[in-house]
Amino acid sequence: MLRLESLTKRYRTGDLALSEISLAIPAGQVVGLIGPSGAGKSTLIRCVNRLVEPTSGRIWLDDLELTRLGRRGLRHARRRMGMIFQEYALVERLTVMENLLSGRLGYVSFWSSLIRRFPPADIENAFRLLDRVGLMEHADKRADALSGGQRQRVGIARALAQEPEILLVDEPTASLDPKTSRQIMRLLREVCAERGLAAIVNIHDVLLAREFMMRIVGLRAGAIVYDGGPDGLTPAVLTEIYGEEDWAASSDLSDTGPSPRPGVPDTDELVGAL
Amino acid sequence: MSEGATRYPRHWRRPPLISDGRLRWAIYAGVLVYLVVGIGAVEVNWGRLSEGWERGLRFLGGFVEPDFISRWDDIRAGLIESLAMTLTATVVGVLISIPVGIGAARNIAPSPVYLACRALIALSRSLQEIIVAILFVAMVGFGPLAGFLTLAFATIGFLAKLLAEDIEDIDAAQVEAIRATGAGWWQVLDYGIRSQVTPRLIGLSLYRLDINFRESAVIGIVGAGGVGATLNTALDRYEYDSAAAILILIIVIVLVTEYVSGWVRGRVQ
Amino acid sequence: MAIRQAPHGPIWRKRTTPQSIALWFGWLLLVLLFVLAWEAMTRNQIWAFVWDAPEQAADLFGRMVPPRWSYMDQLWVPLWDTINIATLGTLLAIVLAVPVAFLAARNTTPSPLLVRPIAIFIIVASRSVNALIWALLLVAILGPGLLAGIIAIALRSIGFIGKLLYEAIEEIDLRQVEAVRATGAGPAQVLDYGIVPQIMPAFAGITLFRWDINIRESTVLGLVGAGGIGLQLKASVDGLAWPQVTLIFIVILTTVILSEWVSARVRAALI
Repeated sequence: MLRLESLTKRYRTGDLALSEISLAIPAGQVVGLIGPSGAGKSTLIRCVNRLVEPTSGRIWLDDLELTRLGRRGLRHARRRMGMIFQEYALVERLTVMENLLSGRLGYVSFWSSLIRRFPPADIENAFRLLDRVGLMEHADKRADALSGGQRQRVGIARALAQEPEILLVDEPTASLDPKTSRQIMRLLREVCAERGLAAIVNIHDVLLAREFMMRIVGLRAGAIVYDGGPDGLTPAVLTEIYGEEDWAASSDLSDTGPSPRPGVPDTDELVGAL
Repeated sequence: MSEGATRYPRHWRRPPLISDGRLRWAIYAGVLVYLVVGIGAVEVNWGRLSEGWERGLRFLGGFVEPDFISRWDDIRAGLIESLAMTLTATVVGVLISIPVGIGAARNIAPSPVYLACRALIALSRSLQEIIVAILFVAMVGFGPLAGFLTLAFATIGFLAKLLAEDIEDIDAAQVEAIRATGAGWWQVLDYGIRSQVTPRLIGLSLYRLDINFRESAVIGIVGAGGVGATLNTALDRYEYDSAAAILILIIVIVLVTEYVSGWVRGRVQ
Repeated sequence: MAIRQAPHGPIWRKRTTPQSIALWFGWLLLVLLFVLAWEAMTRNQIWAFVWDAPEQAADLFGRMVPPRWSYMDQLWVPLWDTINIATLGTLLAIVLAVPVAFLAARNTTPSPLLVRPIAIFIIVASRSVNALIWALLLVAILGPGLLAGIIAIALRSIGFIGKLLYEAIEEIDLRQVEAVRATGAGPAQVLDYGIVPQIMPAFAGITLFRWDINIRESTVLGLVGAGGIGLQLKASVDGLAWPQVTLIFIVILTTVILSEWVSARVRAALI
């Protein structure tokens, strides 16, 4: 169970990225975080593992208050949160296996990681994960020799190697073609189900979000404007999140949307109502 | 998950950079042998070293209390010589490297000219400044004129090569456009090439000015004038405080020229 | 660019009037400086030496050829010393420059206000002083020999390697570093897994490049007594043994070309 309480982030430049976000994500739930660029999606998931320091507010992972941890405690807590990145963020010049084993860095001593001597159980598990994401024969290749979809699979396996309780996923399909994007999303859902993992997935593609997420949180200008099931993403709600657009024309949303004519003019009022 | 159904390896080593094991070990052994032999060849005279330690401390002390006064006349003369050499050599070097650079650009120079200019550049680049200085001192005698000739010669190799590469890289379409208006060779050079190459030429000249000053501090050691000769004399006399003063001045001037030329380059480009 | 009104219509000029005056003034200043500098430089010049320079050059050339090939027997050991000075000096410089580079790079320095300026100062001081001047100092302090040469090469190379390396460190992809940090890795592990792999190619290129330069520089260190083939060069020049000088020049040129070839080959193999 991950809980955010009045989480606020103001950057040094003065930009308010997140304001008073409160959110609870129970174990096993896969939550899609949607919203326009600059809405604070990336900042939100980076605040959870404190790659970005929140300005105020509190975050709990089960009974552990992440926002109060010192350096050492934070490193230990980060092991419990696997992160998957936009454009993979693999260490390009290391082998696939080294990238996978880097998920174990929080568990092994500096010296054994320096000479690349990981415990046999870690290596066995890494191979199992590599097999799970279908890249068994690529273990010794360098990460920059893989295709985009393959790299993101390594990214997922690296996060899983941490044996996390929750996945923080930042735009996993941002640089992938539509088919590969769907494969990656499916893989994410599957591994979450297999391991009972919760996940927060930043995603810009509404169709993918509707198809693969259990719950959607819509973010606009640093505030939550929608929180509910994927079926609730009506054109009206999308307008509220992203601004006015002819949603019906770009998707099959008109099937489920109650209003065939999107574009509620009075958005501000609706935000206030939520 | 089907755990236990498949067995996975429990050991993994990063594939080595050199895959052939025997070659790899041969290289390791070779490096080791070289280090042992190489370091072994360095004769360290410990008695001399402990004596040197004391001198080193005195020299460091010189940095704390540099003596600009006692040898100021020599230092001033040396610095003026160095700066004068630097400026004149850079100006003359640049003026000569422009035709040489144009001649060494494959896309505009006829073949015999190209070969001659390239040969001159190669000669200038492969001869060290200090070696050139020795030859010029032998020809024109001790003094800054030898230094001037050395630096100007070195400037040609440096600048003409970069200039030639720049001309070879310029946008052929722009040159085509000028040529299409019916312009002659000189006009093409003036409008099509000069406009594209000039900012870089100014930047490179200023960069070379930096380098020439640094070099001017060195070639004095073989008698080609400048502050290097003054430094050499100060060290010969064990006047570490004067030597420290000279070094500090060199560092400061290098920093100032580097800063100024960086600033001007930023403005020009 | 400016267009000016004149009685017979507008005149186009590339620059406005103040601009062209400033430019003109700048060139004038340069010419003036040049004349002054030339005066200062040639004040004590004995021109008689210059007028017979072509004669001298012809004479010198006549005495330089043919090279005394038999002198080669005495050059093998100094040549070996020269290569050692360059190689061991480069190794020593690497050991010293790598930590300096990490302290100087904005994204890895432990303290941007205190430690970084010190590291930058070390780099600048090392770069401003030519290896030959370092050698001059070290010979005065340590006495003549290989050790002074090795340390001189190392001192000059710290600045070169340190500068290029810290620029490479500042240009790394931060997302890869962030990803390693997100796994719960400690600072040393982040360095090892996130940063070092990214700068390895630059590091290899920089050190090989510097080794190549160091071979050149170490050939002349002997002129001030810091060991290597320069010692023979100095002895031959002082003794006016020009045929030996020619041979030494040939040996130096060959070594330089060979080292360039070697470093290009190794670089291609590594990167």
